Amino acid sequence: MYAFEYHHPTSVEQAADLATRSEDAKFLAGGHTLLPTMKLRLAAPANLIDLGQIAELRGIQRSGDAITIGAMMKHAEVASSADVRAAIPALAELAELIGDPHVRNRGTIGGSIANNDPSADYPAACLALNATIVTDKRKITADDFFQGIFTTALDEGEIITRISFPVPAQAAYAKFRNPASRYALVGVFVARHADGVRVAVTGAGSNGVFRLPEMEEALSRNFAAEALDGIAVPEDEMNSDIHADAAYRAHLVGVMARRAVQAAAARS
Amino acid sequence: MTTVSLTVNGQSVTADVDPRTLLVQFLRDNLRLTGTHVGCDTSQCGACVVHLNGQAVKACTTLVVQANASVVTTIEGIAQGGELHPMQAAFREHHGLQCGYCTPGMIMSAIDIVARKGNGLDEQTIRAELEGNLCRCTGYHNIVKAVAAGAQAMAQAPLRQAAE
Repeated sequence: MYAFEYHHPTSVEQAADLATRSEDAKFLAGGHTLLPTMKLRLAAPANLIDLGQIAELRGIQRSGDAITIGAMMKHAEVASSADVRAAIPALAELAELIGDPHVRNRGTIGGSIANNDPSADYPAACLALNATIVTDKRKITADDFFQGIFTTALDEGEIITRISFPVPAQAAYAKFRNPASRYALVGVFVARHADGVRVAVTGAGSNGVFRLPEMEEALSRNFAAEALDGIAVPEDEMNSDIHADAAYRAHLVGVMARRAVQAAAARS
Repeated sequence: MTTVSLTVNGQSVTADVDPRTLLVQFLRDNLRLTGTHVGCDTSQCGACVVHLNGQAVKACTTLVVQANASVVTTIEGIAQGGELHPMQAAFREHHGLQCGYCTPGMIMSAIDIVARKGNGLDEQTIRAELEGNLCRCTGYHNIVKAVAAGAQAMAQAPLRQAAE
């Protein structure tokens, strides 16, 4: 990787200030996407601002009807959190399916969401759970946050501080993993809320994570896998690569959605 | 250059490093602790696994500056008083290796699995937990056997665990 100047602020304010003052700066969270990208010289920031020393970006709180997770919380910490397991077990299970144990000990929820990899898991959870992404400047709903592959509503130098997930009545995530990379070939997160069902798909879409309104309407009327019978997933919006073509991905979306609904419905 | 101070295998280390130095480079090139291997260099294979503040991480995907003020344990740091760690002994006893390249990472991962999942590990758990460690020689059979036996042996050696 190319040389860079390293900064390790201890507050969000300092980090944001450094980003404003430094030319060509990038934030470093867990580093499990950014560092490999820098090793390949696909990214070469002049300044690297490490968020790892900032205490206010850590912690998990249950408050009212939501679980709020600090942006620098690692996947392993979310997976093993008693609060997350009790309130939104589907979210803990999703975290446990990311990468491998070593990756989960370093990768962070904020880093994953800010990167918005089209095959990452957390974006599907954010969208289906109707999460709010809180930054140092504002609150952004998940529907507004994810704007296409590797693209988000974040401004230059804006820092995710925490993510707030409303607790659903029932939810589950079904993932078909790429066996080599462990990213989602297709992942479907289904959540039943008091005001309706939300279905979000990662890994499959040619433009990143997306919702399936037709499935949501059918499931809001009848929260059972049979409600999805006859709903076709359009191939023309699916990604196609050496791992799976668009038709296969479209088919898998239906399969994973049914599995997620069955798992969610089985939860009391 | 940036100054880092960390504890490696119980010893304090301070050094001036280029910030782009990976933890695995620092261990191997600066400290000459070459037991930690670089296999794929893309966070897939797990040959570089070390413990960072007690957790298994891939040292090829961690900057040494991120490990500043941390405690690092490598494969060189787990034997005590010239006696193999129970997990190392189990790998030898069950022939859990052929070429040995993946072995340091396998053993560091295995000890981490025991720390998280306890001493009674079934085959399914071990195989699932070892998915971040690749072995290109074997069919993993003896590695799985070694991890199960090593986990049991660690239960019978509480003082040794405490020492680590």
